[in-house]
Formats: sequence, C-alpha cells, structure tokens
Amino acid sequence: MTTIVTENCKNCRFTDCVTVCPVACFHYDDEMLYIDPDTCIDCSACIPECPVQAIFEGDDIPEDQENWIEINAEKAPDLPVCEEQMEPLPGAEERKAELGF
Amino acid sequence: MTTLGTEDNPLLVAIVGSGPSGFYAAEALFKSEINVKVDIIERLPSPYGLVRSGVAPDHQKLKQAIKLYEKIATSEDFNLISNVTVGTDISVDELCASHHAVIFTCGAETDRRLGIPGEDLRGSHTATEFVGWYNGHPDYRDREYDLSHDVAVIIGQGNVAADVSRILSKTVDELKHTDIAQHALDVLAESKIKEIHVIGRRGPAQAKLTPKELREFAELADCNPMVLEQDMLLNPESAKELEEKTNIGCKKIYDMFCDFSKLEPDSSKSRSCFFSFLLGPKELIGNDRLEKVILEKNKLSGEPFKQSARGTGETIELEAGILFRSIGYRGVAIPGVPFHESWGTIPNESGRVTNDDTVVTGLYTSGWIKRGPSGIIGTNRACSVETVNCLLEDIEKLDDGTSKTGAAAIYAILDSKNIEHINYEQWKNIDAKEVERGEPKGKPREKFTYVDEMLAINK
Repeated sequence: MTTIVTENCKNCRFTDCVTVCPVACFHYDDEMLYIDPDTCIDCSACIPECPVQAIFEGDDIPEDQENWIEINAEKAPDLPVCEEQMEPLPGAEERKAELGF
Repeated sequence: MTTLGTEDNPLLVAIVGSGPSGFYAAEALFKSEINVKVDIIERLPSPYGLVRSGVAPDHQKLKQAIKLYEKIATSEDFNLISNVTVGTDISVDELCASHHAVIFTCGAETDRRLGIPGEDLRGSHTATEFVGWYNGHPDYRDREYDLSHDVAVIIGQGNVAADVSRILSKTVDELKHTDIAQHALDVLAESKIKEIHVIGRRGPAQAKLTPKELREFAELADCNPMVLEQDMLLNPESAKELEEKTNIGCKKIYDMFCDFSKLEPDSSKSRSCFFSFLLGPKELIGNDRLEKVILEKNKLSGEPFKQSARGTGETIELEAGILFRSIGYRGVAIPGVPFHESWGTIPNESGRVTNDDTVVTGLYTSGWIKRGPSGIIGTNRACSVETVNCLLEDIEKLDDGTSKTGAAAIYAILDSKNIEHINYEQWKNIDAKEVERGEPKGKPREKFTYVDEMLAINK
C-alpha cells in the first residue's frame, strides 16, 4: 500500500494535509507536495484534509494517476520536509475553483 | 535570575502521559528556540499509549509512528519516568513545584455507557477493554471473554468497532504473525463465533469508519462481509449528502457497502460479518448472562449533514452471547486538575487549562483529554503544537521565582516513597526482550502483559 500526492496539488500546495501527518512524511518543491513512501505509515489521515482531493491511497489511486507513485518516491527524499502549514501558492484558490472544488 | 528558557535557566516541562499527544508536545517544545527539558511521566512501564495498546495488532504499519517517538526520545533533554501514576504516586502540586509547566496528555481511558437496562449483564463488554486485552495492556490482562456462543454484537460503527469486529472475524492464521498478545490469540483460537453484527444508529451514508478499514472486510480469509440490500435505500437528505463532492469518503464507504450487499456469499467461508444500520440498542436481556439484544429501529431527521437518529418505537430482537459497546471513549479525572464531568475532558482554552473560565497558570493539556476522543494519531500533532504555542507565549508568566529542579525533585519524592520507576534506557531493555520473545513465533514482538514481568527485566 502506498499513499501519494497527485496532479491536483500542482500549483495549489494548500498543505492542510501536513498538519495531521503523524510522521512528517510530506516534502515540497515550488509546485507541490510529495509523500516519502519509506516514512509514511498509510494512516490515511491526510486524505480527507486535501481541499482538492489530490491524495490517494493504495487501491483508490485512479489509473491515470498511477505515474505519481514513482514521482512521489523519487522526488520526496531529496526535497525539504514540510512540517508546518505553509501559505498556499499564489493562484491556488483560482486553481481550486477550476478543479471544481 | 536569568530569563526562563536560556541555558542557565532552562524551561522545565512535565508531560503526563506518553501517548502520541505527549510525544508531539515534547517534539514541539524541542523545535522551539528556547532551552527546554522535558520529563514524560507514564502510568505503565511501557510508553506510547494507544499506539501500543489501541492500534490493532494487524495494523503494524500504523504502529511505526513509534519510530518517530523513538527519535524524539533520543534528545538529551528528554527523560521518561514510567510506572508512575500522577495523582497517587506523585501529586499535581508536587509536579508544579518541580516544573515550570505541566501538560496533561493522558487521553481518554474509559468508554461511554449505553445507559440501557441490562448493560452490566455478563457477556456485555466495552470495546475499550477488549482492545486493551488483545493488545496486552496490563489493566485488562485478566479479563475473560466467552466466545463460545455463535453470535457477537458490536454497538457502533467507528474505527474501534471496525477493529473489534475484524479481530473477531479473522482466523488465527491471519493474526498469529502480528503482535497480538498470546493469551488473546489462545482464546480467539477457540472462538465459536460465526456471526458478527456491527450495529450503527445512523445509515450507510453516515458510517464513521474509513474506506481503508472497510475494505479490509472484503479481504478476510474465512468471513463474508454482509449488508442487506434493503438497508442501502437512502432518504433524500442522505442522497444529497453523498452527492456533495467534498463528502467523497462517505461516498466510497456507501459504494463499498453496496458492493457487499450484492455479493454472493462465499459458502466455503464459515463466518459472516453483518453491517446493520438505523438501529439503536434498547435493552439487553438474559438470566445470568446476555441472551438477547433488543434493538429499536431508527429514523433520520434533519437537514443534510445534520441528520440525527430517532427511535421509531418498533423493535427487533437479536439472540447473542456477547456484546461490545463502542460508542466513544471518555477521559478520567486526575486529582488536582479541573475536569469537565459531562464531557470527560479537562476544561481548556486552546490547551491552557481553565477553572471556572479562568486560566490556571502553568497547567496545559493536549490530545483526547483536551478535545475529546476524536481524530486519529496525526490529529494530535496539530493539537499539541497549538498547546505548546500557548505555553511558549506564556513563558514570562511561568517563572514564579522559586528554584525548580525538575526530574531530580520527582526522583527524590518517588524514592522516598519506594516507588519503582523506569527510564527510557530501561524501557529499551524491555522493548528488546519483547522483540526477542516474538522472533521464534514470527511475531514483531511478544508483549509482556504484567507490570511485574516488565519491571523484572531490569533487575
């Protein structure tokens, strides 16, 4: 089982998820967040927190987002950990509306 | 006197309870800029609270949260004083004299009652205690559960109810390589239970477990998940709830229940786990032990997302040999600390303990005893950060001018009363022994389930 951040986080980066993560497994770059699969304990706490439903776990990962499993695993370990909520990216609210949330 | 929180005058904080919220409070203190020393005081010899004794044994990955707590414990400003009960072994006043601040993170140790006739019949149990029993919690080590009848009933449909029903639904083979306590595995191996009924007072659109937990019922080796097709009918308000895009979790659960209701039961499986809805417990009946559960049919009323369940007066009977109530935990009062009796929490403002709406200087709280039993492990992280932020804002008020010696003062009191205490290093010895005992059985650990057994390791 893996829990991952997908496409919808891009250019939003709301980081609500980070506040409930028990093990600080979220990492970030200028665009979005990624989950380090070696640290994540698959507790699913972050999933309902995401305002744009970008986080999926295991069997729930949509087929067209499966490429994100690898992207999360590759990117997360080399990026800084996001331990506290940050300001969403500029334009995040617009993007959220665009995504229909 | 130098400023509090500097190298010459470090902030001394006592944390009561070593579960997730206690460790997250310690973490938040260590992350601050100030100089701080933390003593976590724990009632049992073993730390980690519900991660050790609440999280189900077949959810080993969740228990890896402990890795983070172990990292926090390696700080040289961290100290564990376990096997010590605050309120009896040491008083809150004594902690206030030895430390600048005390944070209560002692969780919600007991359960809510159903408040119906027959609740105390033999065979009627609390889910909390059963969970503690199979997880090797010393308080519940000697509880007895009679699994010789073929029907079990669980009242509630939250994540604890899901854990209890799943443990009862699993075979020994599905459990024997987890860290389930051996005494529990032995009893479960003899279980005659064939039917498990998980009863919710509201409908299939309002169940409080997570999609992931429900999915596990579809993957059981010897148990069919069952839902009656007629139970899947929704009132217009519930249908509206599920149409809401943000309510995707409940929609997933509802869809899974629908799948269960259409499933042809696998006749090679010997057990069935029924999820039933819109039913409330009315009475437990039996002569010297539980024989029958009377359930009242409920009806939902109110606006979408604000629907409540009301009894219709119509009842049904269910023959059952054992029942577990799982309708929420509640906290237990600590002598010397304000307590909100009806909520089962310590009254507080953002984590500052209050007494009749006045903030009590130096006392703080976090986790379930602060906000009630809601949320999962990670929720406590944000909760503890909020509390620690308040504490740090108050730092100037925390120096009462008296000199404080922290752990040394506590040890002096404990030693004068001959109270045995365990430090983190000693706990690590116990931990290593448990892992060693588990190895030949292919288990991650075989827990010690008596306090004396744990204490003996360091003698």
